[in-house]
Amino acid sequence: MGEQLVLMEDIDKSFPGVHALDHCCFEINAGEVHALVGENGAGKSTLMKVLTGIYQKDGGKIFLNGRQVNFSNPNEAQSAGIGMIHQELNLMPHLTVAENIFIGKEIMKGIFIDQKTINRRAGKLLKSLKLNIDPKAKVMDLSVAKQQMVEIAKALSYDSKIIIMDEPTAALTDKEIEELFRFIRDLKAKNRAVVYITHRIDEIFVISDRVTVMRDGRYVDTLDTKETDKDAIIKKMVGRVIYEQSKTKSAVGSDAPVVLEVKGLKSRAVKDVSFELKKGEILGIAGLVGAGRTETARLIFGADSKQGGEIFVKGKKVEISSPRDAVNNGICYLSEDRRKYGLAVDLSVQENATMACLENFIDRGFINFKKEKEVAHEYIKKLDIKTPSVNQLTKNLSGGNQQKVVVAKWLIKNCDIIIFDEPTRGIDVGAKSEIYKLMNDLTKEGKSIIMISSELPELLRMSDRIVVMCEGAKTAVLNIEEANQENIMQYATANN
Amino acid sequence: MEKLESSRKKIDVSKFMALGALLFIYIFFSVFGKNFFSSSAFVNILDSSYYIGFMAIGVTFVIITGGIDLSLGTVLICSALIGGVAHNNWGLPMGLSLFICVIVGGLFGFLNGNLVARFKLPPFVATLGTMMIAQGTGAIVSRVMTIRYPDLTSPDGWFKYAFYKTRGGFPIGIVWLVLFFAVAYIILNKTRIGRYVFAIGSNEEAIRLSGVNVVKWKTIAYTISGLFSGMAGVMYAASYTSIIPATGNGFELLAIAGVVIGGTSLSGGIGSLSGTLIGVYIMSILKQGLMSMNLQAHYQTLFTGIVVIIAVMLDIYRNKKAV
Repeated sequence: MGEQLVLMEDIDKSFPGVHALDHCCFEINAGEVHALVGENGAGKSTLMKVLTGIYQKDGGKIFLNGRQVNFSNPNEAQSAGIGMIHQELNLMPHLTVAENIFIGKEIMKGIFIDQKTINRRAGKLLKSLKLNIDPKAKVMDLSVAKQQMVEIAKALSYDSKIIIMDEPTAALTDKEIEELFRFIRDLKAKNRAVVYITHRIDEIFVISDRVTVMRDGRYVDTLDTKETDKDAIIKKMVGRVIYEQSKTKSAVGSDAPVVLEVKGLKSRAVKDVSFELKKGEILGIAGLVGAGRTETARLIFGADSKQGGEIFVKGKKVEISSPRDAVNNGICYLSEDRRKYGLAVDLSVQENATMACLENFIDRGFINFKKEKEVAHEYIKKLDIKTPSVNQLTKNLSGGNQQKVVVAKWLIKNCDIIIFDEPTRGIDVGAKSEIYKLMNDLTKEGKSIIMISSELPELLRMSDRIVVMCEGAKTAVLNIEEANQENIMQYATANN
Repeated sequence: MEKLESSRKKIDVSKFMALGALLFIYIFFSVFGKNFFSSSAFVNILDSSYYIGFMAIGVTFVIITGGIDLSLGTVLICSALIGGVAHNNWGLPMGLSLFICVIVGGLFGFLNGNLVARFKLPPFVATLGTMMIAQGTGAIVSRVMTIRYPDLTSPDGWFKYAFYKTRGGFPIGIVWLVLFFAVAYIILNKTRIGRYVFAIGSNEEAIRLSGVNVVKWKTIAYTISGLFSGMAGVMYAASYTSIIPATGNGFELLAIAGVVIGGTSLSGGIGSLSGTLIGVYIMSILKQGLMSMNLQAHYQTLFTGIVVIIAVMLDIYRNKKAV
C-alpha cells in the first residue's frame, strides 16, 4: 500500500439541530480506492466536504502529507491536489468539453482566450485518460457518463492526487459503470487515490481496496475489502435487519383482470410498445438507461405527447393527453427525481399531500384546513412518514419520507395504477426496504404497480412479471419464475 | 395561525423586520422632519399610497408564482385613459366608465396570463410587450390628449368623494385599499387560487404532474394582477384627475419594490401580502418624510433604491445563515 496522503482525526461538525459528524476519522493512502459507505445522513458527504473546505470543521485535525492543513474553500483544496466530483455535475452544458475543463484557468493570448491551445491541451488530457471524447463537443450533447468523465478529467487537469467521487454511478448504466471502473483502475495505476462514496454495496467489492463505514455521523470501522463481505458491511451500516425477501413465484393469478393495457405506444424515444398490467400486480420494466422506460411511463401518464398508440383502462379506451387526464383515469406517476417532479419543496407535507385533489377539500370556495389536516394525518400514520408535523416543509424531510409524501398524494387522490420510476434511487438501505414493503401492501389492497428500475436485484425481488426494453422497443416479457439477471441483461442489450 | 409554521415563520421574521423598519423611519422622520408628526402628513402618506398599493397587491400574486409583471404602470394609465374617454367622449355614465377602467386592466392581465401560461413566453418578455402595447393603446384611444376626469365642481365628480376623499375630507381611499387587501388576503391564503399560486412558484412541473391545470391558475394570477392595475387606475384618476398619455412607466417598479421590501421572493414560492403592504408604506413614508426634510423627489428615488437593496440583502443573509 502507498504512503499515507490524508489523515483526518477527531473531526466534529454540527449544523443547527444536527450533530452531523461526531469525532470521525478517515485515512487516504496513495494508489488506493477507498470506499466510504453509510446510509443517507450518515455523514459521508459531509466528511468529504469538510476535507475539501466546503464546510468548516468545528473540531479535529486534518493532515495532508503529514502537515496539518485547513482549507477554507474548495479552491484551496483543489490547488493542494484534492478534487471532488459532486453528485450533481457542475458543468456548463452550453460550453464545450475543453472550455469546461479549462474554466477559471483559461489560457490567454494577450486579452483573448487562446481557444486553439485549450482544445489541444484538453484533447491531450482526454487522450492520456483513454477517453474517446471530442474536446470541441458541447457538454449537453454528451451522455451523463461521458459528462462525468469530463468532470473527472477537469479535476485531474489540476493535477489532483486525490479524487473524491460522490455517488458517481447513480445515473449510469451497467456498461457505463464498467467504463468508469476501468477508468478508476487507471487512476489507481498512476498512484492517484480515489475516495468512492456509494450506496451500492456490491460496487465496493468490484472496485475498492478498503472500505470505511459510517453511521449517524459516527465512524464505525475501516476494513480491507478482501477480508469482509456484503452482510458484514450492511450490518455495520444499519445495525438492523433488512427486508430482503426474493420473489420466486408471482402473487397474481393468470386470470386476474387487466387494469391497464397499452397498444403500439410511439414517440421519438419509444418504438411501438405494448403490454398489459393486471390487478394487484407489480410489473417491472427493465432496461439500460436510454432504453425508453421513463419515456414510456411519461407517455402513459400524458406528461409528454405521444405520436401514436392506444391506452385502455379497465377495458375502456381512454384519451390521455395531459397528466390531468391520466390522474382522472386513476393513473399516477412517481418520478425518480422527487424534488424536481414530485414535490413543491417550499410547501408543507399537508399541502403536498392534497395537491392532486385539492378540489375535494373546498367548502364554499374556501379550503377546509381542518379536513385537509385530518386526511394528511391519516396518511402520515398509514405510510409511517417521519415528520414532526403536517406543517413541516417537505424540503426538510429525508429522501425516503419525501417519496412517501408523493405516494400519499396519489393515494389521497385514490389512484389505483401507480407507476414508480426508480423508487429507491438515492434512498438509504433502511428506507428502501420500507418502500418495498409499502409497494407490496399497496398491491394487497388491489392497487396495480408498474416499477421501473435499473437495479436488477430489486426488480427480481419485487416484480410479478418483467418487461424488458432496449433502445425504445420492448424486447421481452418475462414471468418472474423464468427471469434472472442473465436473461434480462440479454434482452436489454438485444439490439446491440 | 399555526399552519405552515416553518415556511411562513421565515416570512414572519422578515415581516417583523419590515414592520420594525416602518416604525423606525416613521419615528425618525417624526423627530427630524418638519411637521411630519401630524395628521395632515399622515393623510399625505395614505394618499400617496393608493395606486401603488393596488398594483403591489395584485402583482404579489404573479411574483409568488415566480413570474413578473412589468406592464402594471402603463396598464394603469391605459385603463384610466380608456375609462376617461368612455365618460368624456362616448358619454357613458361615470360608474360604468370606472367599471370599464377595471375591466381594461383585467383584459391586459388576461392577455399577459395567456402569453405566459399558454404560449410559454418568459414573463419578463411577455409583460414587456404588453407594457408597450398598453402605452400605445392608451395614446391611440386618447388621441395623445390629456384626459381630464370630472372635478369636484361637476356632478360626476362624486367618484372623487367615493374613492379619494369624502366631503368631510376623510381619506376614503384607505378604506378601499384595506378592503381589497382583505379580499386579496383571503384569496391568497384560504382558496385554491392561493394554494396553487404558492405551489406553482415552488415547483411548477411537479404541480403539472399532479394533474393541476397550471395554465388556468397561472392565467388567473396574471388576471388578478391586471384587475388590480385597473383598480389602481380608478384610484389614480380619483387622486390626480388628469391622465397624461405615455406616462406610467416606472410605476410598476415602485410596486415591485414594495413587494420585494415586504419579503416576497422574486424566484417564487415564498411571499405574503401583509409584507407587500408594509413595503408600500415604507416607500410612502420615505416620500413624505424626505419632503418634510425639504429633500426633493429624487432623494425619494435614491433612498427607495437603498431600501430595496438592504431589504433583499438582509433576506439573503438570513436565509444563508438558516441553511
